[in-house]
Amino acid sequence: MTSSHGRGLLHLAAAVDQRAVHDADSYVELVRLAERGGLDFVTLDDTFARPGPDALAVLSRVAPATSRIGLVPTVTTTHTEPFHVQAAVATLDWVSRGRAGWRIDVSATESEARLFGRRPSRTPDFARAGGSPWPADALWQEAGEVAEVAAKLWDSWEDDAEIRDAATGRFIDRDKLHHVDFTGSAFSVKGPSIVPRPPQGHPVRVVDATEGTARQTAAEYADVVLVRAVSAAHATAVRDQVRESAREFGRDPGDLCVLASLVVDLGDGEHAAEPGHGGGGPRPTAQGPLYRGGPVDLAELIAGWYTDGTVDGFHLTPAEPRRDLERLVNGTVALLQHRGLFRTFYPGSTLREHLGLARPANQYAVAHAVTGGAS
Amino acid sequence: MTVRRKEIHLAAHFPGVNNTTVWTDPRSKSQIEFSSFEHLARTAERGLFDFFFLAEGLRLREHKGRIHDLDVVGRPESLTVLNALAAVTDRVGLAATVNATFNEPFELARRLATLDHLSGGRAAWNVVTSSDAFTGENFRRGGYLDRADRYTRAAEFVAVARQLWDSWTPDGVPRPFAHRGRHFDIAGEFTLPRSPQGHPVVIQAGDSEEGREFAAATADVIFTRHGTLEAGRAFYADVKKRLEKYGRGPDQLKIMPGVTVVLGDTAAEAQEKAAGIRRQQVSPQNAILTLEQIWGVDLSSYDPDGPLPETDPVPDSSLTQGRTRHGDNVAIAEKWRALSKEKGLSIRQTVIEASARQSFVGTPEAVAIELETFVRRDAADGFILVPHLTPGGLDEFVDRVVPLLQERGAFRTEYEGTTLRSHLGLSGPEGKQ
Ligand SMILES: Cc1cc2nc3c(=O)[nH]c(=O)nc-3n(C[C@H](O)[C@H](O)[C@H](O)COP(=O)(O)O)c2cc1C
Repeated sequence: MTSSHGRGLLHLAAAVDQRAVHDADSYVELVRLAERGGLDFVTLDDTFARPGPDALAVLSRVAPATSRIGLVPTVTTTHTEPFHVQAAVATLDWVSRGRAGWRIDVSATESEARLFGRRPSRTPDFARAGGSPWPADALWQEAGEVAEVAAKLWDSWEDDAEIRDAATGRFIDRDKLHHVDFTGSAFSVKGPSIVPRPPQGHPVRVVDATEGTARQTAAEYADVVLVRAVSAAHATAVRDQVRESAREFGRDPGDLCVLASLVVDLGDGEHAAEPGHGGGGPRPTAQGPLYRGGPVDLAELIAGWYTDGTVDGFHLTPAEPRRDLERLVNGTVALLQHRGLFRTFYPGSTLREHLGLARPANQYAVAHAVTGGAS
Repeated sequence: MTVRRKEIHLAAHFPGVNNTTVWTDPRSKSQIEFSSFEHLARTAERGLFDFFFLAEGLRLREHKGRIHDLDVVGRPESLTVLNALAAVTDRVGLAATVNATFNEPFELARRLATLDHLSGGRAAWNVVTSSDAFTGENFRRGGYLDRADRYTRAAEFVAVARQLWDSWTPDGVPRPFAHRGRHFDIAGEFTLPRSPQGHPVVIQAGDSEEGREFAAATADVIFTRHGTLEAGRAFYADVKKRLEKYGRGPDQLKIMPGVTVVLGDTAAEAQEKAAGIRRQQVSPQNAILTLEQIWGVDLSSYDPDGPLPETDPVPDSSLTQGRTRHGDNVAIAEKWRALSKEKGLSIRQTVIEASARQSFVGTPEAVAIELETFVRRDAADGFILVPHLTPGGLDEFVDRVVPLLQERGAFRTEYEGTTLRSHLGLSGPEGKQ
């Protein structure tokens, strides 16, 4: 079976995580570098458990300093307010003019719960699942609910809700604003959002589906699925499972863009590839699958997995942020462009356009059309 | 002996989601596109303002059970926009209104510290406490806090945030924190080193006894509604005298009323423009709605060009939701009817006259003198200017009034420092610099 998504061109993304960096300039520099390479998007990871700035804030700071590249911060769903999360992601989409994504993640540790003063006992749903006070499957179920209510809130304003009709004194057509009345297992939200529908309709949702516990949520809600795979066979297995379950959720599996996630260490150049690396493929490490070798062999690996339909592209985390991103852009990306596998400029301006994803219809506007107006 | 002049502090408020903001004017542009925020923030910086300010509302207002549709509505999430604005400005402070009831200290302290890092020390937080059940329906926490609890939570919230901001050693090593109080019981490690300002600036907007006390104990700036000289002087004296009890000097809390300015080449032209803006602000539909908000009943059958209702307001009506209330409705209705009778005003004319919030109307020279007088006579330390047009509403003020204030020696001619604290003349957090 071949991957059907966006068969036009390969998709590439890079992580711009840096340890102990809190000032804006070095993030701006890295994202600009990635943009120079024409990458679809950058990711910036986030967790309350380790030092680092708020990722969505950093990428908002980067937005006006860049013009095309997609900006995908991690925003967690376990201890945050769904209403604030969706508003922040929608706002990132506004300030970047349609380039926002959201990498959904959960906070599974007891120490993160302590930062918020939350006890497992306060959340009966979590206590239910035996053993761990914060079982991953319950957290991912909640993450799915947050993804769902976010989409509802983004849709809670129809695109043409703002009418500025001086004759009747009305700024909005309130029939085009909707309460969402969402009730999940641990929270409820009334709506509508305070933010008008973002430029992309729905900012792009990204889920790492490597762990089985996240796979259902990925299948139901993700536009981009990340798989940390050490082999093409492993990537294929996860991909097929996510697509099958997307189909069960009534989605077209072709709408999911599946990217292989690798840590890349291009430090030692082309000739230093250890046996089993470089041209040989990634190997497992504590940081995830690691590719160590040269930019040329990496291009070879990417081209191989892409052309045989294993994945739609790659999400690459430079082991050494600046050095490896530079080698990636100047070496690997240049080669893939030369082979006609990767874009040489951005034909579109939104992240959805880069990924070949349609702007989603508004669920309430659709309901309107079907039911003849009841909201 | 030279008397040190009191420096005026200026801030720019992005036009709000109420009828102060005129959207029918052809110059009115998007309230949500980033370009509008960029224009106004850059204008504020061009005018050497202390800070640019964003308000917040966490539930869209409703009237008669439906979303309110007459005013500008739809805003971005404040901190996210301010981080983006940090990329297109260098010096102006960036102030976000963020609710202390529907947020948690660890996360919000982190978001504020991040803004302070990314902006090089320009972050401010307007701590608001609105916490009605109506707004609560959008949040996990839900519910309602009564006034006393709102402010004890806010005070504990700010104290914890400051504890987190102070938690790393000066040479950048995280130290564990623990806090156990009435509202919060949290522990762990903060994720960020001390930010350029140490503590982002804290602003308070609230007028009650509890609100004033909270400000005196905790805030660096008060955003008030007291925009007349006499009311301003009374408020100023009241709040400043509370500071001593907390071991703080009068300079450590700046009082900045929200004000509007209308300029003209002559006094008469300015008055005429002001009247025109009032008519734009109070459309016929808006006049009826304003009345309904006070009377608490449906008045849609009334003619905006006819007389006021003879009936009295219904107390504790829930006709309008999500709007900050001020004052006693029966008394307001009484006053408005008297005004209408005395001057022979229709509903719309009465609303235009009675709800006027235009503070400074005149030539640039007259306005500059008046602003300076307010500050010199201790009615304010500065002003938060609320323009009626997005995004060009402060252009004229910056072009015409700021140079006059500078000529008078009442306003800076360049930014001296890089942080918002330095613009406001606030010392750093004690012992922590
Ligand atoms: C000038 C001013 C501006 C305010 N702006 C906001 C705002 O943007 N968002 C909000 O939720 N509350 C806002 N408030 C409400 C206050 O935070 C506070 O909750 C309210 O005034 C009630 O507190 P009080 O009883 O102390 O007056 C504002 C209040 C004032 C006086």
